[in-house]
Amino acid sequence: MAGLRILTKRRPMKRRLVQAAAALAGLLLGGTVAATVWAQQLVADLSSHLIAITTGFTGTEVVLFGTTDGAGDVAIVVTGPRSPATVRRKQRVAGMWMNTDSLRFDQVPSFYTVAVSRPLDQLVGRPALERHQLGLPQLQLPAESTLPPEELAAYRSALIRNKQRQGLYAISMGQVAFLGERLFRTNIYFPANVPTGLYNVEALLIRDGEVVSAQTTPLVVSKIGFSAEVSDFARNRPVVYGVAAVLGAIAAGWAAGAAFRRV
Amino acid sequence: MQVYLPIAEMSVNALLVLGMGWLVGFLSGMFGVGGGFLMTPLLIFIGVPPAIAVGTQANQLVAASVSGVLAHWRRGNVDVKLGVVMLGGGVVGTAVGVWIFGILQRLGQIDIAITLSYVFFLGTIGGMMLVESSRAILRRRAPTAKRGKLHRHIWLHGLPFKMRFQRSKLYISALLPAGIGAVGGMLVAIMGIGGGFLLVPAMIYLLNMPAGLVAGTSLFQIIFTTAAATLLQAATNQTVDAMLALLLLIGGVIGAQFGTRAGTRLRGETARMALSMIVVAVALKLAWDLFSRPDDLYTLTMGLR
Repeated sequence: MAGLRILTKRRPMKRRLVQAAAALAGLLLGGTVAATVWAQQLVADLSSHLIAITTGFTGTEVVLFGTTDGAGDVAIVVTGPRSPATVRRKQRVAGMWMNTDSLRFDQVPSFYTVAVSRPLDQLVGRPALERHQLGLPQLQLPAESTLPPEELAAYRSALIRNKQRQGLYAISMGQVAFLGERLFRTNIYFPANVPTGLYNVEALLIRDGEVVSAQTTPLVVSKIGFSAEVSDFARNRPVVYGVAAVLGAIAAGWAAGAAFRRV
Repeated sequence: MQVYLPIAEMSVNALLVLGMGWLVGFLSGMFGVGGGFLMTPLLIFIGVPPAIAVGTQANQLVAASVSGVLAHWRRGNVDVKLGVVMLGGGVVGTAVGVWIFGILQRLGQIDIAITLSYVFFLGTIGGMMLVESSRAILRRRAPTAKRGKLHRHIWLHGLPFKMRFQRSKLYISALLPAGIGAVGGMLVAIMGIGGGFLLVPAMIYLLNMPAGLVAGTSLFQIIFTTAAATLLQAATNQTVDAMLALLLLIGGVIGAQFGTRAGTRLRGETARMALSMIVVAVALKLAWDLFSRPDDLYTLTMGLR
């Protein structure tokens, strides 16, 4: 145990990469099993299954490419990890705008974008759109509330609007490009503020208004290196982190005071 | 050059943050204040979440006040005994402030609490300074004005637990400096500022302390309240971004050196007038934001908070 601790202390970054890789390998295996059920009408993969957020991270693009077993259209849905979210509404109180009401949503994807080879309304009917949560209007955002439907809709559209402003929900649909009849590709852009966690990339093959095949590929977004260590440190040992921050600041202030003493 | 901030979970331009640190450092060196009241709104303006701006700012101020105290210490301008008494109140105030901060954060009212306290304190202090400094400038032009009494006794000086502070030549109730410290500590926790702009006038006008000792002594106790605030914010609210603090620090330390030199060319009341104008301008801008209709009435918070 002691040896292990020394090892993990010395090489935390490597350990993280190994963990991420192990998680990915398991997920990829699961994904492949699911894909075989659909008789391989559609095969898709990503140029990278790990987005590493390093200190210099400014956003990145991942290429999704794949092939179909014949003519058809392709839709790609990228969904980030789901977590609870609160939408707050401001009202005027004594002349000031302050938060007065709020609504909590239980399972909000932190990231959501869709890419299609043709406009969605030409591709499939409403039931299929809803089943696969294709497009923002179809995204399921459950909330515990007894609010009237129009209020609920206002909160829902506010959530989507805020996410779009942060660049985490796509404003318009991406384009899936076909090279010839079977080979397709699309670029998925992830901005600098992309939330960490396990993402789901779902590729759907659509023929005659029906989804005939689907494949799910996992994608891990993880902080790596210095930024990972800092955030792990702050989360796992908050008190020690606070002490370290204070000591660091005292040392820096002392050094600065000494350095500029004679200036 | 973009740098990813691990706690704020966003990418910022390192040169922009360094430049902001430099500017605020310059002003704080010139006017002898911490400059936190300018930095927190600036950080919020570039998109740092207010809670993280406040927590990180407290961390940055630890370094700024350490290097400031060093300079005053060498000149013997620190009343340690008075500083320690203020500190006793300061730590209590900081703990209460961090606790209030956490409650407000959960209630979703932290943003308005930060803005409101800024408008109130900056508006009041800035306004008073503006009046005082313009009077001083007018008096300079008309030098026949009468000199006031050295010590005015008000009810505050009748409080119990009297203590003697030799360095400052004061015999006052210990509750007074402790109370001032407590208010300062709460400001550190809720507003992310050292509170120098409030402590300094309070020490001059309420304690009647010798002016030469005020800056060094207030900085001395600010070291400890900001350190306590950093520790408590990191432990309870996890809102201290070490990366951001480091960038601000580097810019601030360099800026302060230039500011100090520029400040020696300014007359006291002219400097106070310029500072109070900046303070009032910040307060007016924040008040305007509070009362004008926001672009989107709805805001989104991910996670349980």
